[in-house]
Amino acid sequence: MALEKPYLNIPGTTIFDAEQSRKGYHLNQFCMSLMKAENRMRFKADERAYLNEWPMTEDQKLAVLSRDLNRCIELGGNIYFLAKIGATDGKSFQQMAGSMTGMSEAAYRDMMIGGGRSIEGNRYIGEKK
Amino acid sequence: MAKISASVYTSHVPAIGAAIDLGKTAEPYWAPLFKGYEPAKAWMKAHRPDVIFLVYNDHATAFSLDMIPTFAIGCAAEFKPADEGWGPRPVPVVKGHPELASHIAHSVIQDDFDLTIVNRMDVDHGLTVPLNLMCGSPAAWPCPVIPFAVNVVQYPVPSGRRCYQLGKAIRKAVESYDEPLNVHVWGTGGMSHQLQGPRAGLINKEFDNAFLDQLIADPEALSRKPHIDYVREAGSEGIELVMWLIARGAMADTPPRVVHRFYHVPASNTAVGNLILENV
Repeated sequence: MALEKPYLNIPGTTIFDAEQSRKGYHLNQFCMSLMKAENRMRFKADERAYLNEWPMTEDQKLAVLSRDLNRCIELGGNIYFLAKIGATDGKSFQQMAGSMTGMSEAAYRDMMIGGGRSIEGNRYIGEKK
Repeated sequence: MAKISASVYTSHVPAIGAAIDLGKTAEPYWAPLFKGYEPAKAWMKAHRPDVIFLVYNDHATAFSLDMIPTFAIGCAAEFKPADEGWGPRPVPVVKGHPELASHIAHSVIQDDFDLTIVNRMDVDHGLTVPLNLMCGSPAAWPCPVIPFAVNVVQYPVPSGRRCYQLGKAIRKAVESYDEPLNVHVWGTGGMSHQLQGPRAGLINKEFDNAFLDQLIADPEALSRKPHIDYVREAGSEGIELVMWLIARGAMADTPPRVVHRFYHVPASNTAVGNLILENV
C-alpha cells in the first residue's frame, strides 16, 4: 500500500521525507563535510574535483556547481545541509532562502520586514489568491 | 523530590545568535525583538532553576544523515558549542546534569518512549540561542542544562500527540528524582517559517497566535493537530512547533499562570514567539 503523503499538494514546498533523504544521502553528506575548515578550502580550490570524490549523481553535482538550491532540494537535498554550502560561500540563511523564491535579495528582505509571505493563496497548489 | 516549576517556549533562529555575537542587538532591525525578551530575562534572573531540560532540534550539526534519532537525550557532563560552518559561537560550554539525565532516560524508556542516549554531542544554535535570549550573555550559563534533541528535519517527525505524551512521561521522571531540584522544561523552535522552495518566507500570524492561545488553554486538543496542518499553515520548518508540546506536557494538569507572552515578525525568515508558563 502506498504511503500517505498529504503534503505533496502544498505549493513551492518539498518535504524532506524518507524518500528524498534516500535520494539525497550523498549530496547531503557532501554538504556535511563542509563543516570542516580544511574541506571548505579544498572545495573552494577545485569544486568539481572535490565533488567527484562523492558518489553523487551528475545532476546533483551540476546543481551544486550552479548553486541552484531549488534543484538541489528536488534531487534530495535538505536546506539545513545545503546551508553548509551557503556558509562556505559567505551567504546568510536569508540570502539562501530568498534565492529560491525568484525574488531579489532586497525584495525578499522587504517582504520579511513587511510581515512575510502571506498564507492566503499558498495553502494548496492551484489555489486562487 | 525534584519538581518542574515552569516551562519556557521560544524560537531559536540562528540569525538572533549572529546578531548577539556581532553586537547588533541595538540596531533598529533587532531592537524590538530583544526589547520583547527583557521581561523574560528579568523573570529568569528572579526564578533561576537548578536544571533546565531543553528541548530543541539539531540542524545537521551533531547528527548528519548517518544517524537520525527521533528523540535523543544528552547525558554527558558537558556539551561544546558546535562549529556550524562559521566557527563555534562564542558562548559558554553547556554543563549537563548526567545524574538527572540518566534518571529521566531510565524512567521514560520504561514508560515506552525509546530514547537514544547521547554521551558525546556538540550543541548548535537550536540550544544556545534560547539560552542567550533568556539569560543574556553571561560568562557561564546559570545552571546545568539537559539537551533533548528531537528530529524535526527528516519526515516523518514525531506527532504532536507523541510529543505531548512524552512531556508527561518526563514530568513523572523528574518527580521521581530524589534530590529536591527545581527544574524548568523549555520547548524551542518555530514559530511559522519556511526556509526552502518558492514558498520560502511564509509567515502565518493567525496560526501562530491561535497556537499560543491553545497551548496555554487546551494543550490536550492542540496535541491532536496533525502534521499536515503545521506544514501547510506554518511552513515546512514551522513543524518545529511540535517540540513545544513536550514542554507543555511536562506541566501540571491544572491551568498554568501565564507570566509572559511575546510575538514578533521577523527575525530573518522566521516569526518569533516567547511564552513563560508557571505551575500554580
